[in-house]
Amino acid sequence: MQTKKIINDGNRTVDEMLEGILAAHPRHLTSAEGSPRSIIARDGPRPGKVGLVIGGGSGHEPTFLGFVGKGLADAAAIGNVFASPPPDPILECAKAASGGAGVLFMYGNYAGDVMNFDMAAEMAAMDDIEVRTVLTTDDVASAPRDQRQKRRGVAGNFFIFKAAGAACDRMLSFDECERIARKANDHTFTMGVALSPCSLPQTRRPNFEIGPDEMEIGMGIHGEPGIARGKLKTADEITDEMLDKILDEMASARGDKVAVLVNSLGSTPLMELYIMNRRVKHRLDDIGVSVHATWVGNYCTSLEMAGASVTLVHLDAELQTMLDHPCDCAMFRAG
Amino acid sequence: MTSIDTAGLKRMFDAIAVAIEADKDRLCQLDGVIGDADHGIAMALGFGAVRDALAPLDLAATEPTALLNTAAKSFLNAVGASSGPLYATAFMRAAAAAKGKATLADADFIALFQAMAQGIKDRGKAEIGEKTMVDVWLPAAQAAAAAHAAGKTLSEILAAALEAAEGGAEATKGMIAAKGRSSRLGERSLGHMDPGAASAVTVIGAIRKSLP
Repeated sequence: MQTKKIINDGNRTVDEMLEGILAAHPRHLTSAEGSPRSIIARDGPRPGKVGLVIGGGSGHEPTFLGFVGKGLADAAAIGNVFASPPPDPILECAKAASGGAGVLFMYGNYAGDVMNFDMAAEMAAMDDIEVRTVLTTDDVASAPRDQRQKRRGVAGNFFIFKAAGAACDRMLSFDECERIARKANDHTFTMGVALSPCSLPQTRRPNFEIGPDEMEIGMGIHGEPGIARGKLKTADEITDEMLDKILDEMASARGDKVAVLVNSLGSTPLMELYIMNRRVKHRLDDIGVSVHATWVGNYCTSLEMAGASVTLVHLDAELQTMLDHPCDCAMFRAG
Repeated sequence: MTSIDTAGLKRMFDAIAVAIEADKDRLCQLDGVIGDADHGIAMALGFGAVRDALAPLDLAATEPTALLNTAAKSFLNAVGASSGPLYATAFMRAAAAAKGKATLADADFIALFQAMAQGIKDRGKAEIGEKTMVDVWLPAAQAAAAAHAAGKTLSEILAAALEAAEGGAEATKGMIAAKGRSSRLGERSLGHMDPGAASAVTVIGAIRKSLP
């Protein structure tokens, strides 16, 4: 049986979504001339500023295009559902974002994205735009600790892009922006849980099978299998299972500060996210770690998948400054 | 000795588009087991775009190299994903291998086929045994070269390539993925055929069917 979706044509979903987004946010967003899949901040790129280009497949909204705006990303290249954009729209983003001080490419660590963004970086170099790449690798469930560079980028993207975007907006040097982007990635830890699958608009079939009483811890944001499948547990038990692994890696001391993101994978409601956040707060209180800021809601989704992720960023003074720096995007505002 | 002209290459791409479209659901299902279930969609989109881009070409006025470059660009811009850069690189390398030739003799086509396999390997930085389409393309290219060296006809050469391709795809079931999305699964990828390997067999099968 096919899943139910409010769409017109499974092959037109991305373009029709983009049309709707530009109609809703004309003050923040526009598309590059002749390249409708290159979404550009109206008030972002400027001379002397390091440009920040993010991007990836569709289906994760508000990631990526919701984080395009002053103080965050200058441009986002948009791919088909769950598929990296090709090099051309990425190159157009790089051109639009370039202020002559270099352009940072930041995106989740997936083989397809790496190949397409690398091809775009080679093309940008021919246009005399220097590109450096910082991959996000925050999903602790996707590879062992000693293979951090192999991990996927998931909801923690939000913090990593935010910190890098702030560094760029503060007109820091290319080296500094890159350093802060890498540091933000190193300090960000995410773990997810999936309860029911999503379905691609072109197939409208569930993209994985899971029993009516089961959950899968560590599942990726495209339905990539996780680390353990079991019976659905309580919110506190699920949150504990995710936090145990995150806290183990984060190795915080009493008195440390974090920022928290409790993110819905699509159809899990705010009620459940806040129940999880309650447990996160209790656990952090127990170990003497204070919460500097909390975001709860849809930040990195997987179409209509049910489930959630918890992200902690281990803050220091510099990362805290970057998170507090104002930004004004179509789907996110801070400061 | 056969010779393949631009019209022959276009028939080849049209045949691949038909074969992949027919195979789309199976490829998505294979990808659903160890990946994100979109491989059939990406491949069908890519080869559909190639078919549409080649349709208006004046074949009499187009050299194989230009046709192959058109195929590369249309595939890449329609797809992105992993298969976009991989197949686009394959077709660009094929275009370079065919440069300056109006028609391709057997030896030219074997060189083109090998250039495609090498292009996929270079772009994806994958080796044999890492559970990717390289496990199909490299053995197929080697089998084609061996059959050509043994003096076989193009039809026999491509039959040998297809047989090696099928063997390679089957062998991916016993491999632990080391590249791409499924590499995060470790041993959980065992027992499942790699979807990129499966679609490569479909592509090579269509090449075999469409050429004399």
